[in-house]
Amino acid sequence: MKAFDYAAPRTVAEAVALLAEKGDRARVLAGGTDIIVQVREGRREVDLLVDVKAIPEANELSYDARRGLRLGAAVPCYRIYEHKEIARIYPGLMDAVSLVGGIQIQSRASVGGNLCNASPAADTIPPLIAYEAVCVIAGPNGTREVPVEKFCVAPGKTVLAKGEFLLSLHMLSPRPRSGAHYQRFIPRNEMDIAVVGVGASVTLDESRQRCLAARVALAAVAPTPLLVSEAGDALVDGPLSDKQIDRAAKVAQGAARPISDMRGDADYRRHLVGVLTKRVLQGAIARAKEN
Amino acid sequence: MSKKMQIQAKINGRGVDFLCEPRQSLLEVLRDELRLTGSKEGCNNGNCGACNVLLDGKLVNACLVLGVEVQGRSVTTIEGVASPGGLHPLQQKFLEHAALQCGICTPGFIVAAKALLDQKSKPTEHEVRHWLAGNLCRCTGYDKIVRAVLDAAKQ
Amino acid sequence: MTKTTDYRVIGTRPIRHDGVDKVTGRAVYGGDVQMAGLLHGRVLRSPHAHARIRGIHVHKALALAGVEAVVTGEDMPEAGTRVAELGEGAIVVKHLSNNTLARDKVLYKGHAVAAVAATSPQIAEEALNLIEVDYQPLPVVIDVREAMRDDAPLVHDDLITESLGKSTGKPSNIAKHFQFKLGDLEKGLAAAEVVIEREFHTATVHQGYIEPNNATAVYNPDGNVTIWSSTQGAFTVRAQVAELLDMPISRVKVIPTEIGGGFGGKIRVYLEPVAVLLSRKSGKPVKVLMNRADVFEATGPTPGSFIRVKLAADREGRLTAAQAYLAYEAGAYPGSPVGAGAMCVFACYDVPNVVIDGYDVVVNKPATSAYRAPGATNAAFAVETVIDEICEKLKIDPLDFRIKNGAKEGTRRADGPVYPRIGMIETCEAAKKHPHYKAPLSGPQRGRGVASGFWFNIGLKSSATASVNADGTVSLVEGSTDIGGTRTSIAMQLAEALGIAAEDVRPVVGDTEGVGYTDVTGGSRVTFATGWAAYEAAQDIKRQMIARAAQIWDVKPDDVSYEDGILQSRTDRSKRFTFRELAGQLHATGGTIVGRASVDPPCVGGSFATHIVDVEVDPETGKVAILRYTAVQDVGKAIHPSYVEGQMQGGAVQGIGWALNEEYVYNEKGVMTNASFLDYRMPTSLDLPMIDTVLVEVPNPGHPYGVRGVGEVPIVPPPGAIANAIHKAIGVRMCELPMSPGRVAKAVLAASR
Repeated sequence: MKAFDYAAPRTVAEAVALLAEKGDRARVLAGGTDIIVQVREGRREVDLLVDVKAIPEANELSYDARRGLRLGAAVPCYRIYEHKEIARIYPGLMDAVSLVGGIQIQSRASVGGNLCNASPAADTIPPLIAYEAVCVIAGPNGTREVPVEKFCVAPGKTVLAKGEFLLSLHMLSPRPRSGAHYQRFIPRNEMDIAVVGVGASVTLDESRQRCLAARVALAAVAPTPLLVSEAGDALVDGPLSDKQIDRAAKVAQGAARPISDMRGDADYRRHLVGVLTKRVLQGAIARAKEN
Repeated sequence: MSKKMQIQAKINGRGVDFLCEPRQSLLEVLRDELRLTGSKEGCNNGNCGACNVLLDGKLVNACLVLGVEVQGRSVTTIEGVASPGGLHPLQQKFLEHAALQCGICTPGFIVAAKALLDQKSKPTEHEVRHWLAGNLCRCTGYDKIVRAVLDAAKQ
Repeated sequence: MTKTTDYRVIGTRPIRHDGVDKVTGRAVYGGDVQMAGLLHGRVLRSPHAHARIRGIHVHKALALAGVEAVVTGEDMPEAGTRVAELGEGAIVVKHLSNNTLARDKVLYKGHAVAAVAATSPQIAEEALNLIEVDYQPLPVVIDVREAMRDDAPLVHDDLITESLGKSTGKPSNIAKHFQFKLGDLEKGLAAAEVVIEREFHTATVHQGYIEPNNATAVYNPDGNVTIWSSTQGAFTVRAQVAELLDMPISRVKVIPTEIGGGFGGKIRVYLEPVAVLLSRKSGKPVKVLMNRADVFEATGPTPGSFIRVKLAADREGRLTAAQAYLAYEAGAYPGSPVGAGAMCVFACYDVPNVVIDGYDVVVNKPATSAYRAPGATNAAFAVETVIDEICEKLKIDPLDFRIKNGAKEGTRRADGPVYPRIGMIETCEAAKKHPHYKAPLSGPQRGRGVASGFWFNIGLKSSATASVNADGTVSLVEGSTDIGGTRTSIAMQLAEALGIAAEDVRPVVGDTEGVGYTDVTGGSRVTFATGWAAYEAAQDIKRQMIARAAQIWDVKPDDVSYEDGILQSRTDRSKRFTFRELAGQLHATGGTIVGRASVDPPCVGGSFATHIVDVEVDPETGKVAILRYTAVQDVGKAIHPSYVEGQMQGGAVQGIGWALNEEYVYNEKGVMTNASFLDYRMPTSLDLPMIDTVLVEVPNPGHPYGVRGVGEVPIVPPPGAIANAIHKAIGVRMCELPMSPGRVAKAVLAASR
């Protein structure tokens, strides 16, 4: 690959300074499982890789019931699913981080990196959307927050401006009687990029017969991961039933704008959105009923 | 060519110093600079596992780690799996079960399986297959590899 | 020849002799070769699927610090019109030469155009970016049926169709049309109760070996060349390089390194001549490597194809007629395995009336190469599914049908040969008796399918030299590069013949100067032919050991018996040596004993396989899960059963990948869009169950130990078996490979309308 320099700052301020100086000739390095491949294949050109794995805030992984989950952007997937409490409380996120690429990839790849790579097919983004995650971005002007569903703006592009980098993700504690689930469709059983991915969260009322709130997010069927508010709304409108779930699935299908590429054609993807949304909602509801 | 960086790491238990450019992957450093050619290049993008090593005990694709990232860290390669006393049970079982044909994927599989058994002493067949999904073998169809790992777990 | 079935070594499972090196990472594969002053070579490849080369400008690359040589097609000698016999068939040298480094045209995306040698791989890659090539893109044709049309763009302006042995005078992409005929097709069709005709498409598929191609060369100032390569045949590399670079073979030495998979794809040279040219220009050793994308785009995948099969059967389920139309994509140069496909298409069955038409068609894709039973899997997919339809129509059990119609000793194939003793029916009977076939399979969307397959295997030439060591071990040098453990199965045959332990044989794969001529490791020939060479070398040692014992005991050689590794005088039983004891006396009694042999065995045995598979289909997504798999095969005599099982399992899994997910996906510009292991989806361990194997031993009467080749036939039945299982599961017949989820889901939706 083309030559580049490497820096491993130990503080947010150092990292911001390096990124601000180089602009889009610098990229953040966390797990490296996307960026190294892209630089090697000439799909991205960098003069400097800024390794953020030595920055404490980027590596924080902590949960408490009041503040919720603080997920440092460089935290690798394996630390998340090995954290018993977090795994129990955020099962939708667990679904995704244990699917990303195989054990070797999960040893390195981070949710933050998956998000910043901004592939429409990213596995961790739909559950982040389902959990209403908030992105904490560090930059020359301090930190700012962006809801995760607004973070990606186009394939490979995010809202990060010059000198900014994703520092961490925050998710509130799930409400009582809520559940989340993520499923993707791939041709094999591992190692594939999602042909379609669906993440959803639901919150049930005390009777557990109605849905108080629901969020449905889709992967790989639009230029960015897609929050389909109308699908969530369809689930809230009336008592829970198979028919209602079908309706929500159809709404999600309608919102999908898939393309045809080597991983799937558009019709097939649209069809899968319906199939998976139904299955994911059923899974999320089952988990909600247990809470 | 960018400036080489001096890196100090522990490779198979020994302190090692090497020079490398930031763009050199750990796999390139192992093979080209340190002459440890047991880790193989199969795809160079994290999809075949032939380059597997342990980084601070964690199973990784060496092709997706930069050489400079192992500063101060500990790396175990296939060359570090056997002990002076003899083969690791996994290596022995791979031989007994004929779990290799051309052998090019074998170093990656052994390192990966070692990482599994270091973490979980009695995995089920499904757990073994799931753990090894990131290691491609084109010769064996995986049957004898899975049997070898399950048998080694019994030791 | 010994026909005893009580072998001492054969049939056991010793640890392979090269095993420890391979499980410790010590074994040296082609990419591991290192030497002082080594330069790194990289190849520049065409971004266009079809283009004229107007000019190549290399001066900027040459000027880059660290670059020591640049070569292009102009550095290759002119090939003229030579046709050479170089291993597994005749080769038009110009085609091989142009494929190695393009001349006036590039014929596929990835076609090699230039190469660079530099002091580091990074500099070599940077240098590639500095080479300027002026291309004039040309129209592209990548589908076999499109390429056969009269108005198709021509891949070669000077390729004239040869049809039924005669030139048509017409330039076209159809290189060849041939036909096999048996009996009277029309009569056979008329006598039928059921006639079914179906069309099939299969996609381009790669061997998928995990080790990319590689070559290292040293061109000495005296004009002698040494090459290290991961190859299936050191001697074929020598012959190809000598032919391409216009050198005598005596100046080319090829040292085969360990090889990380081949399956037929590492027989043709790609990088070896390039490495030699770069070494000659730079005066240094040069190692040239491919990356994974290069392997997909620029080596030799197996053809995509269009196939039409018509089968006819009478009321009792006897096949009365069979017809096949096979059009195979040869890629950029003629020479697809359509001939082999035509030989195998109906080979499992005894059909009296047959017509097979085969078409070898060029397209703008990399030139195809052998892939494990080349051509047979495509054809079997078609035939085995039509047979399944016939069985369904006539309500006959699919295995009973195969037993009723199976080829046997005396059956004539449409391409001519009459079968000797074979094991087709035995494999079907064994499958029928197997618990898998009788096991209940309950649950919606689950189904069981069977399919059979055939591969003819080859013999060809092998050499072996074996020297007796003073400690009673034997050093064996043989010429078959070892892709799967063959050095051990060859050593076992030598050990059996000599009556010594397998561990007492030290097998080594020799280079082209250290062992006699040996044909490629391929065609399922090594355990058969090179094993035979080892057997004959053992006979040579035995004769000499007997003579030496006779000399020591002062008796006639006739008086000395040699049984189970013991030499004894027939008349004086106290005169007795074990092999080891006599070995210890050799130095003092006239010198060591060396046995040698060179064979070209005629009695090759073909092999048959019948597979059973259970699948579960998710009709909403189209995903097919393999629940259970049993591979039954006639293996002749299993020398080392573990490695025979391994061949069956590995071949079956390649067939499963071919059936379910593997394909080259091209865009409209003829560029492969999935040239990586991420999107060229080979099965992982999580996609499969255990693969059960049944080794049916119908010994090959033509081999001292009854060996038949086993390596190739297991890849032939899986796509057909899986298609038949899918049909049982969800009532849909797939006629396109791969049967990927999108296609299955589409078929389900179409069927429900």
